[in-house]
Amino acid sequence: MTEKIGVYVCHCGTNIAGIVDVEDVAKWAAEKLQRRGVVIARDYKFMCSSLGQELIEKDIKELGLTRVVVAACSPHLHEKTFRNACKNAGLNPYLCELVSIREQVSWVHTDKVVATEKSKAIVSGGVERVIWHEPLEPLRVPIHPATLVVGGGIAGIQAALEIADAGYHVYMVEREPSIGGHMAQFDKTFPTLDCSACILTPKMVDVGNHPNITLLTWAEVTNVDGYVGNFQATIRQKARCVNTELCTGCGICWEKCPKKVIDDVFEAGLGKRKAIYTPFPQAVPRYPVLDKANCTYFLKGTCKACEKFCPTGAIDFTQQDEFLQIDVGQIILATGWDLFDVRRMPQYGYGRLANVFTSLEFERLSNASGPTGGKIVLRDGVTPPASVAIVHCVGSRDKNYNPYCSSICCMQSLKFAHLVHERTGAEVYNCYIDIRTPSKGYEEFYQRLLEEGTHFIRGKVAEVTNAYRTPEEEGKLIVQVEDTLIGKQRRIPVDMVILSAGLEPRHDAKEVGRLFGISCSADGWYIERHPKLDPVATMTDGVYIAGVVQGPKDIPASVAQGAAAAARALGKIQQKEVAMEPIRATINEDKCSGCRMCNTLCPFNAILFHEDKMVSEVNPALCQGCGTCVAACPAGAISGTGFSNEQILAQLDGLLLLNIKRLEEIPA
Amino acid sequence: MSEQTDINKPFEPVIIGFTCNWCSYRAADMAGTARMKYSPNIRLIRLMCSGRLDPTFVLKAFAGGADGVMITGCHPGDCHYVEQNYKALRRFIILKKTLQQFGIEAGRIKLLWASAAEGAFFTEEVNKFVEQVRALGPLQWPTSGGGLEKMFAVPEHMLVKEVTV
Amino acid sequence: MKEYVYFPGCSLEKIAISYHLSAVETTQKLGIKLTELEDWNCCGATAYFHVDELLAYTLTARNLAMAEKIGSEIVAPCSACYKNMYFTNVHLNEDPDLAEHINEALQEDNLSFSGKMVVKHLIEVFSNDVSSEEIKSKVIYPLSGLRVATYYGCQILRPKKDHEDVEQPHYFEDLMSAIGATPVDFPLKLTCCGGSLLISSRPAAYSMIHNLLYDAQRAQADVIATACPLCQVNLECYQQQVNQEFGTHFAIPVVYFTQLIGLSMGIPPKKLGFGKEFLSPKKAIDAIKNIKSQEEVITQ
Repeated sequence: MTEKIGVYVCHCGTNIAGIVDVEDVAKWAAEKLQRRGVVIARDYKFMCSSLGQELIEKDIKELGLTRVVVAACSPHLHEKTFRNACKNAGLNPYLCELVSIREQVSWVHTDKVVATEKSKAIVSGGVERVIWHEPLEPLRVPIHPATLVVGGGIAGIQAALEIADAGYHVYMVEREPSIGGHMAQFDKTFPTLDCSACILTPKMVDVGNHPNITLLTWAEVTNVDGYVGNFQATIRQKARCVNTELCTGCGICWEKCPKKVIDDVFEAGLGKRKAIYTPFPQAVPRYPVLDKANCTYFLKGTCKACEKFCPTGAIDFTQQDEFLQIDVGQIILATGWDLFDVRRMPQYGYGRLANVFTSLEFERLSNASGPTGGKIVLRDGVTPPASVAIVHCVGSRDKNYNPYCSSICCMQSLKFAHLVHERTGAEVYNCYIDIRTPSKGYEEFYQRLLEEGTHFIRGKVAEVTNAYRTPEEEGKLIVQVEDTLIGKQRRIPVDMVILSAGLEPRHDAKEVGRLFGISCSADGWYIERHPKLDPVATMTDGVYIAGVVQGPKDIPASVAQGAAAAARALGKIQQKEVAMEPIRATINEDKCSGCRMCNTLCPFNAILFHEDKMVSEVNPALCQGCGTCVAACPAGAISGTGFSNEQILAQLDGLLLLNIKRLEEIPA
Repeated sequence: MSEQTDINKPFEPVIIGFTCNWCSYRAADMAGTARMKYSPNIRLIRLMCSGRLDPTFVLKAFAGGADGVMITGCHPGDCHYVEQNYKALRRFIILKKTLQQFGIEAGRIKLLWASAAEGAFFTEEVNKFVEQVRALGPLQWPTSGGGLEKMFAVPEHMLVKEVTV
Repeated sequence: MKEYVYFPGCSLEKIAISYHLSAVETTQKLGIKLTELEDWNCCGATAYFHVDELLAYTLTARNLAMAEKIGSEIVAPCSACYKNMYFTNVHLNEDPDLAEHINEALQEDNLSFSGKMVVKHLIEVFSNDVSSEEIKSKVIYPLSGLRVATYYGCQILRPKKDHEDVEQPHYFEDLMSAIGATPVDFPLKLTCCGGSLLISSRPAAYSMIHNLLYDAQRAQADVIATACPLCQVNLECYQQQVNQEFGTHFAIPVVYFTQLIGLSMGIPPKKLGFGKEFLSPKKAIDAIKNIKSQEEVITQ
């Protein structure tokens, strides 16, 4: 069999040509690899340009090329470009190989001679490899039109509404009894000072009423099988102990419930709820949930007040957790964040000193439907503060805790300052490292706060203490901070301290990520496909991320990402099928001895064992092409397309220039 | 075989590096984008996953003239295919022992976990490894005589396709 | 029987003799054997490490090398001695080249530092190595009603080691509770006493001592208990000067924690070094009903 190989060496301007003698490499390929099948070798300034691609297309058509090797940048950038060029010229796109002599040679080496020699070896490796390429067709799988949205916060809500409004079905799964997420806890949102609930609840109601959305709250995803276009998710619907068919949401059950419990989720530990409860008045859905761990009936066998008073008989103590299986085509993860645990910084005294509050606690204080009815008061529940210190960057921008900036805390701290001014007239001290107000209206908001008379102290607070040194400090919380702009240590006695704690990934983000086949970065946020150009897709086809799960961001950005993820999903749904990379493993039945070693190696459970024939088989739709089974098979019965043994061994040969050596031993 | 024609020229080892498409290859890319410099002695082969690494590749690399082999993959727990890098680890441990029995020093083979963000780390480790192998000297793997040719000959069906023009 | 190599340190010879006496008495009562390191040299205290680091490490390594010959754990009552020995150990373990270099010098004395010594502060012996049950079992006169401000000082916890709690430790308070005393809420318990600033920058040191005494007074402490000779000296011996400087009227006795433990165990006060203070703790101690019934009373 004869192959006709075209080699194209890119200058990439001076990026490659500045270090590598590209003309020499092309000439060398044409000469030395001629007997390996290279019929033409060109060098060109910008292979990825339309002119560059046309070179390839022309040669394919005119010279009848059967293989193409491009030596240029990383395949992660332009593999698709050159594959498309081949396709346009009528050559199977998988018969093209892009080898990197930029990221791997010209950008990392300085010796021009050595770099050129290495480039030649790389081209040689590419040529040897491409001979073994086979024409492949991408696998086309149908896309199930339904989508699973995990997480009912603002990002998830936006994504769900976009898809549902477009006419496709959405399953929304939310772990808490109601959707709304953290945004439902806030009082006002910056910079407009819109009431958070006022702008959120209409969307929540839309989700609750939407004919295309199946809303499952008090539920969690427990298992996901399948692949893009064809996922099967198992959802555990936790027992509410309320029959939602009969419940009208009248609220008599929680009015009559005698058991009060500290609500440390929605009320951030400041307020109480009942054992049977809805987390807040505008909850969607309106069905309450029974907290079995705190219910008198489950603990002692008595009470049952809710059941007695329920006008429709909707209380059902025998209700058990249910498991549902749903089929969806794509999944959007929008599970949000947890607040940094400020107890990790004992020098700020949270828990030990009564009037130190976290940001979420303060949101609940200032919220009109919160435990104090919107009155900003100290822990005694009565006294308004005369002076408040707001500490920025608690647990963020700190190499001892989280090195990243949590993005929203500066604006949040300014918002708090404003609310304190407005409601109490207290003196407010914001202790900051930098003021980060980048988005629309944010800088203006900062100016407004300056005009309101907020005291800004540039310094990271060292400690909050009650150890007073003078009678004036007695009974106060003293904030010890270096005012770096005047170069002095300050002790500021205040009544209340608010800690703007950072945003952290959910405590179980890693486990949840594994469920869906995506991974977390070192900080714990989910990894996006590309941080600049593809922030909502992940490395796993069909699974998208939106909102703070991808990294700290404000509400407008979360909404934008929710909409972006929805647009991605809709795009695929409308195409009705998706093309998957044909890099797969296949088992040669004749060679398979039925040892089943491969079966347990596959993390995607893509290998089935046929008891009747005593051989294993790879399901090409489930196989992700990692190749572990290929390497493990003791009989060599499994081959991997795209990365076959032949291809890799040939590339090795080429890289070590053994092909040239062998040719030199054989007379021409 | 690595060139050692001139005693005055320092020995330049030839290293073959196997990278995984998702993490370590991207780390190499990142090193490139950030213009970090490393020794040109290494030549990289891209695999989809470190789990794809067949120990035969390593043996072939040594037999073909490489003085050192570096295997790279995603950090444990971060494998794009969930856990296949653990399999690579298992193979590596046994492979290292086996190679030592062949007389190939343990310092000639290295396993490295590098995430896509660790371009600098990748660079450092490559440089370190090149020096490590340089210190060991050329592999001096005999490729002829004593039936070795047959032992490491490429099987018929895997012979590099001879192309006639 | 627990055994330790005992490193008293320079201050325990004279100015902190009561610490030494009470340490020996109380450990004996608990069945702990302290073997004083023969021919020990100064640990370098605070100053030497800033004057000549190499010689300072060598000085400390000499002590550790000698201790290695006679035991596996060395205990120092003074926080500075403790800190120097602990971190010399750590540093030389992390820098084998430096250790080798220092060992060359130590060889002249037929000594070799191996880095295997475990260095402990005396208070660790009481709070970690001995169970609180054991301590409680030896208490004859629980110091009920005695309000103690447990002053850790700073060198005992800084630099931070391993995973110890450097913000809100409570082992000192627990120890005082075990002997029946009442540890008070003392937020400045980890704040520096000024240390050697007393010599180089006296007003700064007075200010720091003032803050500590103010806090102890605010907490209505009867005594301040310390675990370091320099802390004790700073807090006690300069109260008069602080009063002059700030117009205050502090008169809080400052004792060593081992003295309090000894009292609760019924060891006669004279044997615990009581009677040598500037500010007599007599009033506070006498107020403890249990002790009043003792025959031998503190006399000063």
